[in-house]
Amino acid sequence: MAALINVPATAKRGDVIEIKTLMSHIMETGFRHTVTGAAIPRDIITDFSCRYNGVEVFRAELFPAFSANPFITFFTVATESGVFEFRWSGDNGFYEAVTANIVVT
Amino acid sequence: MSVSRFIAAAILATALILPHADAGEVAFSERRSGSTFMAPETQAMQSNDTANPGMLGVLDGATLWGKTIGAAEKSCASCHNDASTSMSGVAARYPAFDDTLKRPVDLEQRVNLCRVDHQRAPPLAYESRELLALTALIGRQSRGLPIAGGTDPRLTPFVDKGRATFMRRQGQLNLACTNCHDDNWYKRLAGSAITQAHPTGYPLYRLEWQGLGSLQRRLRNCMVGMRAQPYDADAPEMVELELYLMSRARGMPIETPAVRP
Repeated sequence: MAALINVPATAKRGDVIEIKTLMSHIMETGFRHTVTGAAIPRDIITDFSCRYNGVEVFRAELFPAFSANPFITFFTVATESGVFEFRWSGDNGFYEAVTANIVVT
Repeated sequence: MSVSRFIAAAILATALILPHADAGEVAFSERRSGSTFMAPETQAMQSNDTANPGMLGVLDGATLWGKTIGAAEKSCASCHNDASTSMSGVAARYPAFDDTLKRPVDLEQRVNLCRVDHQRAPPLAYESRELLALTALIGRQSRGLPIAGGTDPRLTPFVDKGRATFMRRQGQLNLACTNCHDDNWYKRLAGSAITQAHPTGYPLYRLEWQGLGSLQRRLRNCMVGMRAQPYDADAPEMVELELYLMSRARGMPIETPAVRP
């Protein structure tokens, strides 16, 4: 599994910054059937969260209507230099965590 | 009809017909990549590497590139080292002539030939995640370089065969590729742009597919659309058609991994 993260490398204190995340996942809805009629079990990411120096700044619950490879963007305020930690978890024990650094001046 | 109205009607009729009066093959100067037909949002998605979902395949490909597999216990990197240097420009000249097989092979077949002959590993299935990831990684190293398909003189007879397939009417709708992509590329079909069918960005991420797909998958899409029996995955006709399309797009820059609606 791969993730693409876009966090600005540097920002001024108090700036509103945009964070973009793209996670590789099939997001199987659970509503589809194979050609023989067997149900394809649901396999989706159910939870996404972003922590900024340990403090949760964004959380999203995901549902079957999400597209494959969910692209989630949001804004936060740059307060201090540190680490953004992104976590995705979902069906079948899916769990991915990625970090990105930011320098605030 | 008054004279002025007749003139107005005549001008209108000429305007409708003139730009493509001789609806033949697309002129060299008029060639346009499929990306120029897309909405600005989709173009922005393609041009930003952190928003382009095709880059997920490239990342996966980079992992696979270094993974040791097969009885020979080799990875791609064991022979080819760093893909960013060794694979630069490779995708731009495929399908290329294979000396042993005496026929052109496309990038997917080349990866599988490498796996079977050098890594002693089973070939990857067409349209499998692994094969798309590897071809996306290889294609990515040619981004921005001009397509150089079919320049090898040994390929000429195969380009001609591909061209014949492109020009031949087939399927229940009795359409040839050329009827849409040469004669009517500037129009829309069921709301979608028809486009000129230049394979500039394969393997590409199609939003409709919600995944990466190869040029062969796209070609099969078209064949099903005109109610023809699609060729098998590694049929020589498919490779010849890919080869003709690449020679037709010669000089246009590679966009891999492209995004299409």
